[in-house]
Amino acid sequence: MCLAIPGKIIEFDKNKEHATIDYGEGTRRKANVTLVKAKIGEYILVHAGFAIEVLNEKEAKETLKLFREMLSMEET
Amino acid sequence: MFSLNDKKLADDIISEIKKSKVKLKFMHVCGTHQDTLVKNGLDVLFKKCGIEICQGPGCPVCVTTTKEIEEMILLAKNGKIVTSFGDMINVPGETNSLLNIRTEGCDVRTVYGIEDAVEIAKNNKDKEIVFMAVGFETTAPTTASVLLKNPPDNFSVFSCHRTIPEALKAIIEMGEIKIDGLIEPGHVSTIIGTKPYEFLSKDYHVPQVVAGFEPIDILMGVWMLVEQIKNKEAFVKNEYSRAVHEEGNVKAQKVINEVFEKEDKKWRGFPVIPCSGLALRSKFKNYDASKKYEDILQEIFDKEFSEPPDCRCGELLRGLLSPSDCPLFGQACKPETPVGPCMVSIEGSCNIGYRYLKK
Repeated sequence: MCLAIPGKIIEFDKNKEHATIDYGEGTRRKANVTLVKAKIGEYILVHAGFAIEVLNEKEAKETLKLFREMLSMEET
Repeated sequence: MFSLNDKKLADDIISEIKKSKVKLKFMHVCGTHQDTLVKNGLDVLFKKCGIEICQGPGCPVCVTTTKEIEEMILLAKNGKIVTSFGDMINVPGETNSLLNIRTEGCDVRTVYGIEDAVEIAKNNKDKEIVFMAVGFETTAPTTASVLLKNPPDNFSVFSCHRTIPEALKAIIEMGEIKIDGLIEPGHVSTIIGTKPYEFLSKDYHVPQVVAGFEPIDILMGVWMLVEQIKNKEAFVKNEYSRAVHEEGNVKAQKVINEVFEKEDKKWRGFPVIPCSGLALRSKFKNYDASKKYEDILQEIFDKEFSEPPDCRCGELLRGLLSPSDCPLFGQACKPETPVGPCMVSIEGSCNIGYRYLKK
């Protein structure tokens, strides 16, 4: 139920309330984007037809980097 | 999508956890976490490291009560078109499931989201459409957004929305199991942020981590809990920072607060949990199926409904059992012939356990 699928914003509808989302492998579907502030090309999480958050790729990479650093500290 | 695979990091985390020589019980409250745990064998791996992880009440379909299902059946039998998510209509009530009453001529339809239900209302002006709104804080803003957009008069919502922090408090206060750490649901947290969990760490000294859904997220999350325990700390840490901010999705919170107010709510397997439900504010009473059809629902207003005989979903949702502890699991209770909701919902731990064990 709380499953949210990441997808990329391809284009906004005229009313800006919905956008076409690319989920990869040719799957495209409309989602309501009124709950987020997102730009074309950004990745969003979609739940029950609504974008609920914009994904931050930089944060994802930083989380991994931080953990690698913490672990190397534990090992030394 | 960007990849989060890092085998070396995963191996390093596992060896760190092993070195800690702990014996701990953690609870998460999300079917997607359970799916990642079981699908990737992480549950078995963690057990070998001394850590048991149970699901708790983290499946909105599973915690919806038999009475709520019966109320929807009653509305469908009174000619309303009842719409809900696929899993929900499959859950047996006391008399039947919403799916099965279709054979009696009732109009029950599966939707992907609330906007699909509104479309049905627009296309069936002569009918009354009820959307059975199931879901935690992740789903509540989708219901709220639609109600703020003046949907058609023949559309209404039966709110079964529930909120997670209050349920976690109830589980801890009930004291049936000792929980050494909580893995908070990533997508609920996307909406509410990390602050609403803080009281659990402050008042009950329970370490918490908000985690994402890749195997590496769960490994990192569990390690963050183990580290806190080793340091005798209890904070809310955020592993899922690519999707969760401390303050959450403020816009979504605003629409939730505009449309809903907190109410005491019964959860399957639990007594009434104070302030754990979201009821429509009186401003939206024309869209509130529980008010709009009060006269019909009156028929079962005081009626007590029993859970299916021998079904252990209640104990499972309180973290007391795992699916294989239930004598019905995989025997009388299978996804095609479910006895309780945890076998119906793809987010239920019995369904997840059955799917991956049978492969």
